[in-house]
Amino acid sequence: MEYISLFVKSIFVDNMIFAYFLGMCSYLAVSKNVKTANGLGIAVIAVLMITIPVNYLLNKFVLQPGALSWLGESFASVDLSFLSFILFIAVIAAIVQVVEMVVEKFLPSLYSSLGIYLPLIAVNCAILGGALFMQQREFGSVGESAVYALGSGIGWYLAIVALAAIREKLSYSNVPAGLKGIGITFITVGLMGIAFMAFMGISL
Amino acid sequence: MNSKLKETILNPILKGNPITVLVLGICSSLAVTVEMKGALVMALSVTIVTGLSSLICSLLRKTIPNRVRIIIQLVVVALMVILVDQLLKSFEGTYPIDKQLSVYIGLIITNCIVMGRIEAFALGNKPIPSLLDGLANGVGYGLILLVVAFVRELFGSGTLFGLPVLSALGYVNNGLVILPPMALIILGCIIWIQRSIQKDLQEK
Repeated sequence: MEYISLFVKSIFVDNMIFAYFLGMCSYLAVSKNVKTANGLGIAVIAVLMITIPVNYLLNKFVLQPGALSWLGESFASVDLSFLSFILFIAVIAAIVQVVEMVVEKFLPSLYSSLGIYLPLIAVNCAILGGALFMQQREFGSVGESAVYALGSGIGWYLAIVALAAIREKLSYSNVPAGLKGIGITFITVGLMGIAFMAFMGISL
Repeated sequence: MNSKLKETILNPILKGNPITVLVLGICSSLAVTVEMKGALVMALSVTIVTGLSSLICSLLRKTIPNRVRIIIQLVVVALMVILVDQLLKSFEGTYPIDKQLSVYIGLIITNCIVMGRIEAFALGNKPIPSLLDGLANGVGYGLILLVVAFVRELFGSGTLFGLPVLSALGYVNNGLVILPPMALIILGCIIWIQRSIQKDLQEK
């Protein structure tokens, strides 16, 4: 039950895009049509699902204050948390590289449709942001962090597909010259965010 | 040479502003603009990180092999972010920092401005122009951040830097401006104003 409420909460209430603006750069750049948005969204879900549990274990057994106590009593006072940024990003970059090779080998059609976006996920703020929020919220178990990863990935996916669908329709409408392109996209995302705020404060 | 340097410094502030024209680094720019103080800290941190990592990558530009350059850039940027983060932590006693803001300081690593300037400028230019280019882009980013934060803090809480301004005149706070989606709409309006003045930036 706890897992279900965490799952729903991370999709709708703590939506990565509308509540925290994570992964905004690729969100705005890749949402011109539904097909590529779909591909990128699925890639983000997959990478989040792998990196957050791995980073969770890394945080729990290496980085947290006192995390190294499994090595022996003398390590109990070591605090490596200042290394978390560099280790998290290294783990993410390495995993993205591995995922890229696996997808290229076993799912060539998906690989060609994702193209350049797969390697770029390494520098997507949503992935690193997910890891940092995971660290900040101090989840109790690996399962919990995996559920959080799946939920936030799906939230990001829904947001990008919805925006892509709106932008496809928007290209036929009459927008003031200065707002064309990125300006109207910002305002659209803002309005979508206000709609998503209907979920705010729901406790499950 | 002199006019070229001047161009390097002035271009990112208005004509090639990283946020409104290049649409880079949106993620963090929206989340930290609820109040002027957070925006100022973020603007300074990004300026320092962009300037120093451009300088270092420019010094290393002849020795970095092309294939692994992304990883090396990430390591340099991550080191700079750790330095800034530790510096901020050391002032925590006198200037306490919001917990939310500390996540976004970590996210400077994946801020597209930093990587974008290294890729587009520092790898092909001498150290001093690269340093100036990095700093100027940080200033251009900070400028937009402060404008958005000014509007949001003034109309959302009636204060500036925590000092009462409008609230002293009996202004009733507009809660909507503090909520995340308004940041996007304000940014959309800034883009609209800029593109109405500089017509060559308008998209077809």
